[in-house]
Amino acid sequence: MKFTLSWLKDHLETDASLEEICEVLNDIGLEVEAVEDRAARLKDFTIGKVLKAEQHPDADRLRVCQVATDEGEKQIICGAPNAREGITVVVAKPGVYVPGIDTTIGVGKIRGVESFGMMASEREMELSDEHDGIIELPSGAVGERFTDWLAVHDPAKVDPVIEIAITPNRQDALGVRGVARDLAARGLGTLKPLDDQVVVGSFPSPISVAIDDDTRNDCPHFTGRVIRGVTNGPSPQWLQDRLRAIGLRPISALVDVTNFFTYDQNRPLHVFDADKVTGDLRVHRAGGGEALTALDDKDYTLSAGQIAISDDSGVESIAGIMGGAPTGCTGETVNVFLESAYWDPVRTAYTGRDLKIHSDARYRFERGVDPDYTLPGLEAATKMILDLCGGEASEVVEAGAALRTARSYSLDTARVISLVGMEIPKEEQVRILTALGFSATGAGETLEVWVPSWRRDVQGEADLVEEVARMASLTKLEPQPLRRPKPGVPAPVLTPMQQREGAARRTVAALGYNECVTYSFIDKAAAALFGGGDDAVMLENPISSEMSHMRPGLLPGLLQAAARNQARGFMDLALFEVGAAFHGGEPGEQHLQVAGLLVGHSGPRDPHGDRRPVDVFDVKADAEAVLGAMGAPAKVQILRGGDAWWHPGRHGRICLGPKKVLGVFGELHPKVLSALDVKGPAMGFTLFPEVIPLPRRQGASRGALEMSDLQAVERDFAFVVDAWVEAVTLANAAAGADKTLIEQVRIFDAFSGDKAEAQMGAGKKSVALTVRLQPREKTLTEEEIDAVGAKIVEKVGKATGGTLRG
Amino acid sequence: MDDLRDKYLSAIAEASDEATLEALRLQAVGKKGEISLKMRELGKMTPEERQVAGPKLNALKDEVNAALAAKKAALADAALDERLRAEWLDVTLPARPRRQGTIHPVSRVMEEVTALFADMGFAVAEGPQIETDWYNFDALNIPGHHPARAEMDTFYTHRAKGDDRPPHVLRTHTSPVQIRYMENHGAPCRIISPGRVYRADYDQTHTPMFNQVEGLAIDRDISMANLKWVLEEFFSAYFGAKVKTRFRASHFPFTEPSAEVDIQCAFEGGTVKVGEGDDWLEVLGSGMVHPKVLEAGGIDPAQWQGFAFGMGIDRIAMLKYGIPDLRAFFESDLRWLRHYGFSALDVPAVHSGV
Repeated sequence: MKFTLSWLKDHLETDASLEEICEVLNDIGLEVEAVEDRAARLKDFTIGKVLKAEQHPDADRLRVCQVATDEGEKQIICGAPNAREGITVVVAKPGVYVPGIDTTIGVGKIRGVESFGMMASEREMELSDEHDGIIELPSGAVGERFTDWLAVHDPAKVDPVIEIAITPNRQDALGVRGVARDLAARGLGTLKPLDDQVVVGSFPSPISVAIDDDTRNDCPHFTGRVIRGVTNGPSPQWLQDRLRAIGLRPISALVDVTNFFTYDQNRPLHVFDADKVTGDLRVHRAGGGEALTALDDKDYTLSAGQIAISDDSGVESIAGIMGGAPTGCTGETVNVFLESAYWDPVRTAYTGRDLKIHSDARYRFERGVDPDYTLPGLEAATKMILDLCGGEASEVVEAGAALRTARSYSLDTARVISLVGMEIPKEEQVRILTALGFSATGAGETLEVWVPSWRRDVQGEADLVEEVARMASLTKLEPQPLRRPKPGVPAPVLTPMQQREGAARRTVAALGYNECVTYSFIDKAAAALFGGGDDAVMLENPISSEMSHMRPGLLPGLLQAAARNQARGFMDLALFEVGAAFHGGEPGEQHLQVAGLLVGHSGPRDPHGDRRPVDVFDVKADAEAVLGAMGAPAKVQILRGGDAWWHPGRHGRICLGPKKVLGVFGELHPKVLSALDVKGPAMGFTLFPEVIPLPRRQGASRGALEMSDLQAVERDFAFVVDAWVEAVTLANAAAGADKTLIEQVRIFDAFSGDKAEAQMGAGKKSVALTVRLQPREKTLTEEEIDAVGAKIVEKVGKATGGTLRG
Repeated sequence: MDDLRDKYLSAIAEASDEATLEALRLQAVGKKGEISLKMRELGKMTPEERQVAGPKLNALKDEVNAALAAKKAALADAALDERLRAEWLDVTLPARPRRQGTIHPVSRVMEEVTALFADMGFAVAEGPQIETDWYNFDALNIPGHHPARAEMDTFYTHRAKGDDRPPHVLRTHTSPVQIRYMENHGAPCRIISPGRVYRADYDQTHTPMFNQVEGLAIDRDISMANLKWVLEEFFSAYFGAKVKTRFRASHFPFTEPSAEVDIQCAFEGGTVKVGEGDDWLEVLGSGMVHPKVLEAGGIDPAQWQGFAFGMGIDRIAMLKYGIPDLRAFFESDLRWLRHYGFSALDVPAVHSGV
């Protein structure tokens, strides 16, 4: 919403400066988005007088002028054809910024002759497009500020333009008068009374109007009248200046009047060319399919239920949104029908949205105009049209009646103080409400407050509290400490799951991964690679096809990030993310994941020979470390049979039983990598923190530590087994040989492949383990140790068919 | 006897290795060494002779032994010196490479915000990112025709043909968590809810996903003045300098009265300095929870009142850490992650500063 300072002062008697006004607007909820203070930009321009103008010795078109300025006589070279002796001009001295040419004037030589400034045209000061010559002022004293001269002789040129943001509840501030009322209520001046004279019609309106019975809710009130014999020329300069200042193009007097009331009173109007209207007007619901070319020269087809104004030949206007081109006013229009009606906000909003029309009228009707100003608005506009265009007004035709909006709420003045946290005496609350047009009465603490017709948004006590608070000034609100819920050390607030998430994040980062935050939506193809991408998780209105589906997991986003980094030449990557993945489209069908991705090598090339390609056991180690940090039990099973995006032989599911999957690690399937343009191989893990059981034990105590004073002994065993036997089977078998003595079984060597088969036979490999025996009561004898060894060999043999390697 | 002394001491001094030294030892003080033999002759001497020769011989033996030991140590030192000289390494070679992980600024700032609000008694609440339109809009006093719905650029989920339920939305703010929390926990309560939110907008300063934190405090007598105090406390601790706030009246459907909150700042040479200067920067929206929102959460607005606020995590991260472009937050450029990321072990806490 834009308006100029002088326009505001039409409604507000005030001495406040522009700065004060803007400060208050910001404070009371009419946020100032921009102030265009054209005078400020021109404040350094001064008035001068050309004393002498001579031909430049070296250039036909230039003149060497001697100009009287506030700093004495200055020589200025000028190329304007009208630069001549005796004229009063506007001078930009060296150092002055000239907005129209985006230049700061300096002292310079033009074709060998020195010049100390510039004489400006209107365009150079962005006052108009006029550039035929420099400005010749009809009056003005040498040295006077040009803006001071303008303020007196052409104030519209320096009238500051204020643009404010209007929140959806402040439909009344979509008119300058509403803004003025707010400022007056804050005490920044006095609201001027409205001139509410009535124009008495001199003849019956030849066009009448009717509202269909089923349309009364959509259009409770319609007023209009014919004005005949008008001259629709250009509107007067002051009106054109105002409209131009707020960014509107002056069109003709009739159209400019309707625009003026739209912005002045938040009262959109429409004028039909009465000679193009066939018969009477009827307000009705469209049956669907009616076509109309609107004033924006676009064709629209109405849907059933949208509201139209029709005459005998069909739809002539989309009610409250835009009039039709066929009945629009032109320079030849002599008889008009002026419409002032109330259109239902919700209906207008839906119709405008469906037809995709953004007009000033729609914007206002859908927020709600003052239902009591329908007829007064018609009268005021009639008067203005008669003043500007001449003509003769008919009697008013009226259908329906002004919507009854009178309502009252009780306001607890003590609750206002409690909610805002500011001492606002009851008398001040009453004063504020009254100044805003409410009426507030009541003897005790509770007031009965009646709402003015233009405040459709006020629907309860809370809205009244807001009115009082914003006028009392939230800027002045003094902070008051909020007590702790209980005194003393604050209680911890994080849930076990939140702590778990933090521990996971910190651990993965400590393992050398860089945390990413990738988009929650990805493209369908990438989602499908990871078991997602169905319609349940599809967006109806994605911003692009690359962001069309909610991600089924975090790995696809990380892989895409890896591909982007590889494209930039970063080949060794360790990326991770902690966040939600979506297994369905219903609220709650999301689960937390921790995912990591390793691509390339363990590090850059180095002189120590440490660099090696990343492999499955890197991500296995990291996955186990992170699960440990999240409190997962140490005893887990590693199962195969994971999803299709893993390398079928190189992944493992970390499980507590076959159904409880805590995480998966492995090498990504080469097809997935090529589909996502990742140069592989790539190793990844995905962990599911919510699946990890919460610890059963409460309390911080660790339990007693049992340590034996007796020396533990370690023995190594190397077995030859079939190549497909898993190492964990050997380890478990060995551990089962003596559950009290064997403290730990650790695999320390695995030898497989061609060389191994050459030594041990086809289809064979060797696995070596070290077994740690911890005696509890007495030191073990060699015989006892040998006995356990024999048992281990036997158990492993039974479980795997393996034999001791000779 | 002096000849003997001179002979061995000079020979020991000249010995160049341990073998020579050992040979000298045997030759002088070994079982059949020259000095040992001389000592054996003491028995044949008269007591008078012995009294003179005995101490002399003993002294000679001690002296030679001491010389042998000293020389042995000197030779060992020399050998060690020689070995260490040979073990010279070029220590200007690079260390073994070690990957350096980082924490994303969004996570970091969420932890900072959590730490500060936890100290003021706020718990952390979470909720679904795909929401029903009731939780995202209606419960927050934004009915179907409200302009705010259109202005929010909401993402809707797809509905299959024949499924006439209203589409779900990707939550446009973290405010629905308020409603869910109030439903489950009632009053009084104090929570923040950080998380991802979504709006269909992409340009220089907007991304279709961003991060927000919502705050909610409900009690018998909580006021807007308390809100101002909480926010000033938060911003001062967060930015590490006393930060003044400016409340400006505004409108949000879910709060009444509503205020937009600016923080004090200075714009200098293209950068923003929070907590200095005379300028103001808008950072959040806030207000007293609307009675209808309390009712939607199952709380009696006649008994309870409180405030709510919402601000952009990414935005306050940009302000504090001087990160220029929002879009880069979600692009996972390794250079960016390394430059703006945080150390894994640098955990923000009230006692160490955030």
